Amino acid sequence: MNILPLTLKNVTYYSGGKQLLKCNVTISEGPNTMVLGPNGAGKSIFLRVCHGLLKPTEGQVEWTGKEQDANNPNQAMVFEKPIMLQRTAEENLAYGLKLRKAKKDVIKQRVSQVLQRVGLTEAAKQLATSLSAGEQQRLALGRAWVLEPDVLFLDEPTANLDPGSTAEVEIIIQEIKKSGTKIVMTTHDLGQARRLGGDIIFLYGGTLKEHSPAEKFFDSPKTKEARAFLNGEILWGQD
Amino acid sequence: MAGTEDTANNFLDALLLALDLITGLNAGLIEIVGLSLSVSLSAVLIAGSIGLPLGAALAVYNFRGRQISIVLLNALMGLPPVFIGLTVYLLLSRSGPLGALDLLFTPTAMVIAQAILITPIVAALSRQTCQGLYEIYQEQLRSLGATPLNMMLTILWDARISLLTAIMAGFGRAIAEVGAVFIVGGNIENFTRVMTTTIALETSKGNLALAMALGIILVLLSIVVNGVASITADSVSRSKANR
Repeated sequence: MNILPLTLKNVTYYSGGKQLLKCNVTISEGPNTMVLGPNGAGKSIFLRVCHGLLKPTEGQVEWTGKEQDANNPNQAMVFEKPIMLQRTAEENLAYGLKLRKAKKDVIKQRVSQVLQRVGLTEAAKQLATSLSAGEQQRLALGRAWVLEPDVLFLDEPTANLDPGSTAEVEIIIQEIKKSGTKIVMTTHDLGQARRLGGDIIFLYGGTLKEHSPAEKFFDSPKTKEARAFLNGEILWGQD
Repeated sequence: MAGTEDTANNFLDALLLALDLITGLNAGLIEIVGLSLSVSLSAVLIAGSIGLPLGAALAVYNFRGRQISIVLLNALMGLPPVFIGLTVYLLLSRSGPLGALDLLFTPTAMVIAQAILITPIVAALSRQTCQGLYEIYQEQLRSLGATPLNMMLTILWDARISLLTAIMAGFGRAIAEVGAVFIVGGNIENFTRVMTTTIALETSKGNLALAMALGIILVLLSIVVNGVASITADSVSRSKANR
């Protein structure tokens, strides 16, 4: 059974006395959800709160109407800078499955399948930390994919990559989506948001300003902040 | 300048004697070296099996008093061997709480004293190493669903090569100390006499060349053990990359 929809009910997140996030939103099954906003808008915090890495200061994060479990096995996240375990590529992929106590033959089969899907079969026995940035990001995506999560959070997955690696990563993201995983990702690349996005969550100054279908968001943004953001105007200040 | 000449002669004599002792495979020497190694390696084994998990736990678990524990642990790294020797002596002496075990002046007592001496060293250095890796790993591991215990084991495994340094530091301290083994071992010939206590004894008897020769062997031994450790670490990291 799918754990979606995900609902953030009156969620706020404070750090050092400063409000960094405030939103009410429901994320449902379906096309990719893109989280947009200028730097410091709270995109990464939004993903971390959804994923359960950060506890909201107020409000609830609910999955299918239930309050979330700290270690929800049906969701995964890939970070902006991939954190590789100092092990081989295939051991990195197997790690999460081992934690979930998957059977050995299941692990073996799924790891080799995902290695192939992310184009790293050749690198299976290589130390993950010795791979290139693009390969590491693909491995990080594979490490999430191998868990077959209902939801996958991606934090700026192509921020540090060249155009070629970005294209490869986007193909993998679409493949993961096709295999039945809901993608929720942040990006500052508007082209990428148009290519991949089904709906857009626009954050500004830690506040959710808009949540609408991608087409509508890009054609007729409702708020002046979103219009300014889309026009490439620099947005100063947090309010 | 007679003193300088004496010193020079002593060094030369010591070198020749060291060479002689090593090449001659002197039975007494082998016994002393063997006991030194077995006592200190046993102590390292104990210190490692307590210190490594303790260090990793301090890196991963967040509890009240964690900071104080770390400060205390770091302070314990500097415990004077004679103090530990005396404490263990009192515990193991006939009238002490553990007197019934009849362990005073045995190699076991020496292992206990050295283990107490170096466990804080191994634990404190492991804590530092593990914490470094924990800060890199923790978000990713939590995201993958790791419990604190999972994280501890993962970090111990992935940091194993760096942790060898903590182990070697402990071993170096154990094999080189004299105060603790002297007090709890008693420097009994053919039973609890190790390299450092022999050096102290021979020096006090005026056999400077013999003492120096033993000192040279002790240094060589240290180099060999560290060399073996470093080669092991190297081959582990290479096999890790090529497997």
